[in-house]
Amino acid sequence: MNLQQIIEKMDLTLLTQKKDFSEITPSQGYASDLLSCVMSGAPHGSLWVTLQAHTNIVAVAALLELSAIIISEGAMPDENTIKKANEEDITLLSSGLSTFSIISKLSALGIEGK
Amino acid sequence: MIPPLIVQEALSQKINLIAITDHNATANIESVQKAAAGSDLIVLPGMEVQTREEVHCLCLFDTLEQAFAWQKIVDATLPDLENNTEFFGEQFIVDETGDFIRREDRLLLNSISLTFEETAQKVTELGGLFIPAHINRKAFGLIANLGLIPENVNIIALEISRHITTPDAYAVYPQVKKYPLIQNGDVHYIDEFLGSTHYQIENPSVNEITSAFLHANGRSFVILPGN
Repeated sequence: MNLQQIIEKMDLTLLTQKKDFSEITPSQGYASDLLSCVMSGAPHGSLWVTLQAHTNIVAVAALLELSAIIISEGAMPDENTIKKANEEDITLLSSGLSTFSIISKLSALGIEGK
Repeated sequence: MIPPLIVQEALSQKINLIAITDHNATANIESVQKAAAGSDLIVLPGMEVQTREEVHCLCLFDTLEQAFAWQKIVDATLPDLENNTEFFGEQFIVDETGDFIRREDRLLLNSISLTFEETAQKVTELGGLFIPAHINRKAFGLIANLGLIPENVNIIALEISRHITTPDAYAVYPQVKKYPLIQNGDVHYIDEFLGSTHYQIENPSVNEITSAFLHANGRSFVILPGN
């Protein structure tokens, strides 16, 4: 399942610049709101679900070369965070659903954790 | 922890400067200041605020007016939920003798809706000192929650808990290397006074403490083994 299909099927809002998401296939899924846990636990290339919208999520995603971040519960990163994400080529996606619901849907689409 | 006991215990530990930093609250500061009046103990107004990211940060001020101005911002950004004393305990406001004045009905333990950056900016604008608190703690610590020290904030110092030393903190968290580390008691119970950070300052003010953090203008601080 590529990121383009995930975005469409889950009706995610793209917060950062458009690119060819059909070429990106998340290796697996990961969820945590504690960035220290993410840094030590998120697998390379994974799709990260969090309700943390702080600007540090971009640095963490860049560090681990994550495929994208889905921000849950409609939490909105500020303008600077979106700008920084674009500079770092990090894709930010938004959903009004809870982290639990997002993961349920990802799981139904075949995205698994390690 | 009623005001006269706080004053008595601090003095008995040879501590002459404390700050009252209740969680998202400032209503008990004045009573402790009154209880300390005439003694050798100086009581600074402050708060332990919990930002949107669930990061605890110390705010220190010179005056009660500044602290109350900050409280107004906190009140406007804290979820309007009622405290449930069964789960979260009482939130008493007392006078300088420790007598009951009123209950704070609003649940104080939540996060305000301001980000870490917005909080730092507003506290600083009010003339306050903003210090991320117990950054090494797994719960509500800056490093656990945000991983890295946000770069776009002018942070003068970070606080570590009593459970770690400065050399160990620098070794475990290389991302804090460029910041001075202070250690506070984070005193929740009367037998927890620590008094390990000693300041060489002219007077107990935000300016002087800032200079001490920076080891500037002849001001300095050092962490010695606690009491």
